[in-house]
Amino acid sequence: MNSRPWVLGIIGLLLLAFPFLVPSDYYRHILIISLMWVVIGSSWNLLAGYTGQVSFGHAVFFGTGAYTAGLCVTKLGISAWWGLVLGGPVALLVGLVIGWICFRLRGPYFALATIAVGEIFRLVAIAWRDFTEGMEGILIIQTYRSKVPYYYLALLLAAGCILAIHLVMRSKWGYYFVAIREDQDVAEAIGISTFRYKSLSLMISSFFTGVAGAFYMNYMAFIDPHVVFSLHDVSIMAILVGIIGGVGTLWGPPLGALVMVWLQETFRSSFFGLLPRWVSEAHVLVFGLLVIFVIRYLANGIVGDWAHIKQLIFRSKAASFSTGGDRS
Amino acid sequence: MEMFIQTLVSGILIGGIYALIGIGMTLIMGVMKIINLAHGQLMMVAMYITFVCHQYLGLDPYFALFIAMPCLFVLGAAIQKYLLNPLLKVDSILPENQVLMTVGIGMVLTEVMRFIFHSDYRSIETGYSSTAFYLGGISFNLPMFVAFGIALLLTLGLFLFLLKTDVGKSVRATAQNMDAAMILGINAHWITILTYGLGSALVAAAGTLLLPIYYLFPDIGGPFTLKAFVITMLGGMGSTVGAIVGGVVLGVAESLGATYIAMSLKDAVAMVIFLLVLIFLPGGLKKLTKV
Repeated sequence: MNSRPWVLGIIGLLLLAFPFLVPSDYYRHILIISLMWVVIGSSWNLLAGYTGQVSFGHAVFFGTGAYTAGLCVTKLGISAWWGLVLGGPVALLVGLVIGWICFRLRGPYFALATIAVGEIFRLVAIAWRDFTEGMEGILIIQTYRSKVPYYYLALLLAAGCILAIHLVMRSKWGYYFVAIREDQDVAEAIGISTFRYKSLSLMISSFFTGVAGAFYMNYMAFIDPHVVFSLHDVSIMAILVGIIGGVGTLWGPPLGALVMVWLQETFRSSFFGLLPRWVSEAHVLVFGLLVIFVIRYLANGIVGDWAHIKQLIFRSKAASFSTGGDRS
Repeated sequence: MEMFIQTLVSGILIGGIYALIGIGMTLIMGVMKIINLAHGQLMMVAMYITFVCHQYLGLDPYFALFIAMPCLFVLGAAIQKYLLNPLLKVDSILPENQVLMTVGIGMVLTEVMRFIFHSDYRSIETGYSSTAFYLGGISFNLPMFVAFGIALLLTLGLFLFLLKTDVGKSVRATAQNMDAAMILGINAHWITILTYGLGSALVAAAGTLLLPIYYLFPDIGGPFTLKAFVITMLGGMGSTVGAIVGGVVLGVAESLGATYIAMSLKDAVAMVIFLLVLIFLPGGLKKLTKV
């Protein structure tokens, strides 16, 4: 993070000035959604990329956060903005319980257990109509007509999330997380309580994802179980954001979020109306092909395999070639 | 009481098909140590093949078994050879690369089918779709009964193959210890391809058998992948006998849940069983029976 402070500074300034540079609400919307995915992808990456526990169930935390905000309005009668305060802690508690169940399993089995939990949450949210309004969803009234306040809020969340993960990964915890990823048995043997640190990683991860969910509720003003607990559109998307950008890298998920949201929008709008309409139906297909391609040829994502990509593009005899990227 | 037995019977009959799905999954899991998250999607492809055979060629769905199974065998073997095996050589941070790859494969399969057939619900009409016969006041749906029988035959065939033939023994050896199997001269690479093909063919059979009593649309794969996974967890990973028991248990539990709790929570029953197994019986039924 400290290697090129001026690059960060320029990107930061550009992001701060973005609403003034681009007056179009459409592009602001895309960037807001991208920033939200930066939060989700980065928190997924903390658990999966750094701690090695690949979760297929981040929709649980996203949905919990979103529903916390929504239920603030429908059940408590207070503003949905309280969701930003409550959504994180509630998602964290849910994460704690899920971790208690699912961390009995390792590797792929953990991954599948999280899918099951995600499905349970979705089905319960649909069935428990008295509490969640079921498939009718929750509709609130947006506080601001303009996108600008939401933009700065999303920017703040994304920056806070990245900074928090950066700090965590520099601390003792971060080293423990990576140790667990590299070899759980060895980590346990040298005295790291793997269960505790996996839970910690999950708690941080679910907290930020929950906050992102609460933000989504406030911004989009409508949720239903299929939107926020979706396996494909949230859980798998979080994974895609992570692996395309690069798992186990700080800047991978942010880059992945930009790429994914941009790709999604490009295809949904059939290349902004330039191509025939059927292209818009192909966006999931393209995601699938992208996953296959990235895993096959860029196993560590764009950031993780950057040296490799650079070498391919420039065909230079990069002397300082390393396959790693910053994986810390 | 009669309703209870009726529910039980239909649960066991559908359980036979579930067992077939589960066995395919557990074979792949046992040999490659990966979870095949494209399992239900492969079944969906087989169902579309059967659908096309029936709709455009006028073939009986049960005859289409002889088309769908080889097709899926080839598809599965190709996936293993060209997409999954090369990953063994790629160095990456996440060990779950192959699992993520199967997610991508599942997405592509679903979307390709959606492209060709659109999202419409489809089903096939056969003369016997709603035929039933009665035995002591309990009705047996004919296609379900036939499906159960064929599933039983296929399972027996698989057991004979695994227990009696050399290739089958090689598969079991590879599942036990891949390195040792390779030292003993087994071409483990080839065995993984064969196993994925076999698993796909079995799930293809399940799909074909399911078509006369079920409906079909591209997204049907996901729920069945989950079911396959629940079955394998219930039975114990890599245990074929466990997969059969797990399939029947899941079938019965789902029917009971649908009858006595709520139809809409039928799918949640499977997930709850799954979590209960995880908490109280990690390792599945295999732990109790040791087979």
